[in-house]
This record gives sequence, structure tokens and C-alpha cells, in this order.
Amino acid sequence: MRHLIDPLDLSREETGRLLALAGEILDKPRDFAHCCEGKILATLFFEPSTRTRLSFESAMLRLGGQVLGFSSAQSSSAAKGESVADTIRMVSVYADIAAMRHFKEGAPFVAARYSKIPVVNAGDGGHQHPTQTLTDLFMIQRSRGKIGGLTIGLCGDLKFGRTVHSLIKSLVRYEGVNFVFISPGELRAPGYILKEVVEPSGHPWREVRKMEEVMGELDVLYMTRVQRERFFNEEDYVRLKDSYILTPEKLRLGKPELAVLHPLPRVNEIDQRVDEDPRALYFEQARGGVYVRMALILALLGLAPGILEEA
Amino acid sequence: MLNIDSIENGIVIDHITAGRGMRVYELLELHKLDTCVAIIKNARSSKFGRKDIIKIEGVGDVDLDVLGFIDDHATVCVIRDGKILEKKRPRLPQRLVNIVSCKNPRCITSVEDVDQVFYLCGGEEHRYRCQYCEQLLSEEV
Repeated sequence: MRHLIDPLDLSREETGRLLALAGEILDKPRDFAHCCEGKILATLFFEPSTRTRLSFESAMLRLGGQVLGFSSAQSSSAAKGESVADTIRMVSVYADIAAMRHFKEGAPFVAARYSKIPVVNAGDGGHQHPTQTLTDLFMIQRSRGKIGGLTIGLCGDLKFGRTVHSLIKSLVRYEGVNFVFISPGELRAPGYILKEVVEPSGHPWREVRKMEEVMGELDVLYMTRVQRERFFNEEDYVRLKDSYILTPEKLRLGKPELAVLHPLPRVNEIDQRVDEDPRALYFEQARGGVYVRMALILALLGLAPGILEEA
Repeated sequence: MLNIDSIENGIVIDHITAGRGMRVYELLELHKLDTCVAIIKNARSSKFGRKDIIKIEGVGDVDLDVLGFIDDHATVCVIRDGKILEKKRPRLPQRLVNIVSCKNPRCITSVEDVDQVFYLCGGEEHRYRCQYCEQLLSEEV
């Protein structure tokens, strides 16, 4: 039995097959509409998250399966002090697969050790969010036809953004990726990501302060939110925030085939006027997330043979 | 020069980096022993200038993983009948299980009763990460 706790739990080959299946489902959803009849997904959300939970639920319902679960720790037995280990032991009796979001980092890892059913990490604190990473990879693949051989700009909060760290760890497994990190000095990618992940990979990388400097070179621009509370003082925030807001004027400098992605929710880092540009793919990306989760559910339930290697 | 009697049967942990002797004592839980234990701090060393030494009477072995984690420069001499029977060098362990605790308040180990596990992620720099939250172990050893 396999789980998905860290994006790197899947080999590059497995990831490739999973994304291909997600593409097949997206193209022919009816062919998969009854694949999970009689199967139940448990959504164990100890922390609220509307989009991720609905995306998992939508995925299971579109496969013909059913869904049960809770959407906050208060409405779960955790409020009575039940351990993660005991919770998943019980859920293993009620469902065939579980998606868990937890405010404690490593909670899904613990759950997987005690579970009798596949566990998917749907976000654990500021740590990992592997289905978001798969969604990001899916959208890069879908929009550019490949993942390797691209110049990928990651923009905004590269220090605290968990989606960025997971994405970088996954992208280094593809040949020819050229990284451009666009962030204020205060929100640079952490030293360990550069030292333990990017540098050993041998991929070219550089850091810049303004997206205008590199816009014309990028094949993919992955935007993240620059949050006010991350700055030490208001002056710095006001001084820096505009450098990390994507506007139609800045987008004009980009290639015609540029793909603009964002894990959402977006606040003000992408001007709403950009939404109309065909290169703005972030809503399409969120839609893709449903198909990625459909493919993952099928693979983990053993209903799509050949996607995952035996554990 | 302070003299501590040599031991007949037991273990001498030698060449401990000066200042780490007490940490070795704590993590090896030597306070739980009811045999004679001596800690010598800042002993003269021809190799390192100064070193700490721990002598433990009546014990046949120590956890080399724990010792390797705290100080992989140390040497362990097993003494039998007043003579050195064996010399061992601890290695940096690949995993630390229930030796140190994760300090990340957001880590699941702060609320769930599970083993505290760290894995070696950078051998040269002695870097360990929590198996659950991947937080770097920042404990001063």
C-alpha cells in the first residue's frame, strides 16, 4: 500500500505516469465517472481549507465514489484529545482512502504509519502540500508540453512559501530546468533549499530583485503572495511590494507562450486585469488540481494499474 | 595534575572535545548508574590541547550512536583486568531515535506520543533533520 506524504514519495517516472493519467481524465472525464463506485474518501481536515477539501471531494464524486469527513479539529474527536494514530485507525474502518490536512507538521506521516488505507497529505502546517506540487507540475506540463528544459521564475515569498519549496524539490529532478528566484532580500529562498537541493542538482540558478529584469526570459512564472506580516517593518513592505505585483504592463515584457501560475488564493500580487490574458493560467491550474487528485485516488486505490510501483 | 584512579573493569571515554563531557554524561544517562563514574574536564591532551574524559566502572558497553552524535572524535576504551581490551571509535549515526527532541512547536511530536526520530542529512556538517517536520536539529551539543 502506498501513501503520498511528500511530493518526493513518487519517483519522477511515477509522477510522469500520474500526470499523464490526469490529462487523460481531463480529456475524457466520462470514461472515469464510475471508477470509484462503492469507494469512500475520508477528508480529515483538522484545519479549515475550502479549496483543497472541495477539490478532493469533487475528485472523488467525479469518480463515482462517496465522501465523508470533517472540516475542522473542533468537529473531530481531536477536540476530545484523540491522537492522530487512533483517529486514522478508526477512519481505516470507515473509508477506503483518506486525505488529511493538519496544523501539525508531520501529522500525515504519523497517520500513514498506523493506517490500513492510503493516506494523502493535504497540507501539514507550513511543511508539505504534495497534491499542490503535483498540480503545479501538471499545469507546467500541460501548458508547455514538458517540464524539463524550461526557464522557471519563482516570484514573491520564497522564504516561507511551502508550495515553492516543494516545487523546487520536484523540479530539480527534471533536466535542463533553469531557476530564477525573484524576491526581496528578506524573503529569499532559504539557504538549505539552495545548498541542499538546488546546488547539488547542478541546475543553473540566480536571484534577482525585480521581475521586470527577467520577464522576457521566462517560460513559466510561478507567483506567490508577499504577505505584509512577513516584513520587519511597514516601510520595507511599502517599498518592496510593488516589485512583486504582476501587472499587464509587466506581463507585456513576457514571451507570448509564458505560463503564469499561482497556487491561490491570490490577494493583490496579480492585478485582476491580468486575469484576461491568455497566459494567466492560475484558475485553469486550480481546475487541473481536481484531475490530478482524481488520478491520485485511482492510483492509490489500485484502480489504475501501472501508475505506481509496488510499495 | 589531578589523579583519578585507573579502573580495573569498565569503560574510558577518551578524547571528548573539551566542554562536552557533561553533555555526554547526560545523554548516555550515566546518572542512572550506581557504579563509580568520574568526569575529568579540561585534561591536558597532546593532540587537542584539552579534552574531557569519562571513566565508568563495571560497565561493558555504551551507546556508540549517542556518543557519535555528540562527539565523533571521542574514543571508547573497554578495560578488562586493568588492560585495554578494545578501542572503538563512534561513527556519526544515520538515525537518532529518542536521543533528542524536536524543538519545532508546530511538529506533530509536540502533541503525539511517537518516537523522536532524526536522520542525518549532512554528514560533514553533522546536520540532522526531524523525520516528521524536517526541522533542522539546532541543539547545541
